[in-house]
Amino acid sequence: MALLRYESQVREPLVTGAKTYHDVTEDIVRPIEAAPSRLWKIGFTISVLLLLFGVYSVYREVVYGIGEWNLNKTIGWGWDITNFVWWVGIGHAGTLISAILLLFRQGWRTGVNRAAEAMTIFAVMCAGQFPIFHMGRVWMAFFVLPYPNSRGPLWVNFNSPLLWDVFAISTYFTVSLLFWYAGLLPDLATVRDRAKVKWRKNLYGVLSFGWTGSTKHWQRHEALSLVLAGLSTPLVLSVHTIVSFDFATSVIPGWHTTIFPPYFVAGAIFSGFAMVQTLLIITRKVLNLNDYITMEHIEVMNKVIVLTGSIVGIAYITELFISWYGQNPYEMAAFKNRYDLSTPYAWSYWLMMSCNVIAPQFFWFRKLRRNIIFTFFMSIIVNVGMWFERFVIIVTSIYRDYLPSSWSTYYTPSVWEVGFYLGTFGLFFTCFFAFAKYFPVIAIAEIKHILKKNGESYKDNMGEEEKATVEHFTHEHAHH
Amino acid sequence: MAKKKFVVGCFDDEKVLFPAVKKVRKAGYKIHDVYTPFPIHGLDQAMGLRDTSLHTAGFIYGITGTTTALTFMSWVFNKDWPLNIGGKPHFPLPAFIPITFELTVLFSAVGMVLTFCYLCQLAPFVKKHHFHARATDDLFVMVLECTSRTNEADAKAFLESVGAKEINVQEAEDGWWLGRYAKEQKLYSTPSENSLA
Repeated sequence: MALLRYESQVREPLVTGAKTYHDVTEDIVRPIEAAPSRLWKIGFTISVLLLLFGVYSVYREVVYGIGEWNLNKTIGWGWDITNFVWWVGIGHAGTLISAILLLFRQGWRTGVNRAAEAMTIFAVMCAGQFPIFHMGRVWMAFFVLPYPNSRGPLWVNFNSPLLWDVFAISTYFTVSLLFWYAGLLPDLATVRDRAKVKWRKNLYGVLSFGWTGSTKHWQRHEALSLVLAGLSTPLVLSVHTIVSFDFATSVIPGWHTTIFPPYFVAGAIFSGFAMVQTLLIITRKVLNLNDYITMEHIEVMNKVIVLTGSIVGIAYITELFISWYGQNPYEMAAFKNRYDLSTPYAWSYWLMMSCNVIAPQFFWFRKLRRNIIFTFFMSIIVNVGMWFERFVIIVTSIYRDYLPSSWSTYYTPSVWEVGFYLGTFGLFFTCFFAFAKYFPVIAIAEIKHILKKNGESYKDNMGEEEKATVEHFTHEHAHH
Repeated sequence: MAKKKFVVGCFDDEKVLFPAVKKVRKAGYKIHDVYTPFPIHGLDQAMGLRDTSLHTAGFIYGITGTTTALTFMSWVFNKDWPLNIGGKPHFPLPAFIPITFELTVLFSAVGMVLTFCYLCQLAPFVKKHHFHARATDDLFVMVLECTSRTNEADAKAFLESVGAKEINVQEAEDGWWLGRYAKEQKLYSTPSENSLA
């Protein structure tokens, strides 16, 4: 098995402080057992209020129709689909951390994977709202499913990328949820077995499905996690690829490009990691988990941000180059509509460029990568930038179509359009606050699993190990 | 399911547990199970458990998803209602790939998780006997099943000789049940109290 692994002295410990297995349990479960703090209550209340405002905004849209939004003749997608793509993108970091980094055997993922996966699930929940309510007559939403109906049966169009989206997003949500919950089972059992009050023992008893920690069960659990990671890896790449197909398979200048799938996937990971940073910097502070989510974790994620941000930058420049190189007048006009400062939306293009391409370059400096305040600030900048990327792609490509007489006036969202977006923030943070209070935000069993290899107190002993012969090392560490 | 008698030995270090498992097996004791707070690589082999076939099940569910998607979409477009969509072909394989892929993943993941829960007998409201409350915290709990030939005192002494810290005998339900935990099962105790559950 993969146990025979040399752990470099140079690499920083992933768990700081001299922790025992019991300390790990204590540190991570304590916030669940304690009464919610004042800060938590305030945060949760604000989230619920935002959610309620969102519910009212959606209510307006459902009752009075899409006219409640300021969409117009050429801008049919506006804020709504911008938000959809933005939220789906955010979800991608969670799967990248939980699945792709598991396959790459990146030990640092253990500290952050649980919260990142939760973020994925909540972000996909938020994303799903937008296309569903954009349908207008939302009570007909089930028409997108291929079920035997009394209209023929008239089936859905399997050639349509919008239908592929239905399958991609729902599969993504289901698989992420299963992966996340399968990983939670042993940790929920830990909470159950520590419970000193009846209701908690019963609640977590139900939630943990009667997990015991049997060796056979662990063996199957490991197999399950590995295969789910193997499935999630191409899945997550397919999801944003399919989202990009919504645009790329159309014939709209500015959308009709083959670069979209990799460009969207890189952007998704970029924005997702920024959101992970935003959430975890707060979480580690509030729940006092600095020993588990260390500077090392934050620095590594900042490296991912500078990498993916640069990939996104190359994609932007490639798009510009190809529009010139192709010499298609419509394509060139679409891009002129973005970068030319005299056009109405140039500000959004340059805002996107500064947030996504220029700003992350600061992370080439180690000092800044390891600066919490700066990282937090940057994580917000990146998310603003990535929202504007989708806005630029959608709005600037369609606000001037082939017929100048239908060129729309300046598009500003209505209050209910903004309210819907704020509402999804409410939904996201309501879920995240509830998760942070009632579930272990760090994978306890996984931390214990790496503790003796990557924990600070154990790393000190590595010097001894290095002196030993290969035979001795094999004998000690490969147990069969 | 009936109640059985078990000799339980708790270890606090997996480095002690590994040789202990080997010695206990060599001495001829029947290991009912070893409960650990986290997966320990190689323990399954040390206990002589066979490798799981869950991967194979996942593969079978996956190809079921692939064939379901492909046959269904082909049937709809060619047989049930061959709708002309802008003169496009009725078997556009490239356009079928995304949905085929998604259903492959969906079938495989859902199937595997359900199979996992079935094999491990895990479900909401299912209760099982826990030999030690700290088996999900920091103890490695080895449980020997008593047969008609087992001498409890010998087994306890043997467990102690291989490094077990806490040793006791428990009569417990082997399988699962629905409803409440046994009344006498104590709630969690901190390690310092060192009490036996």
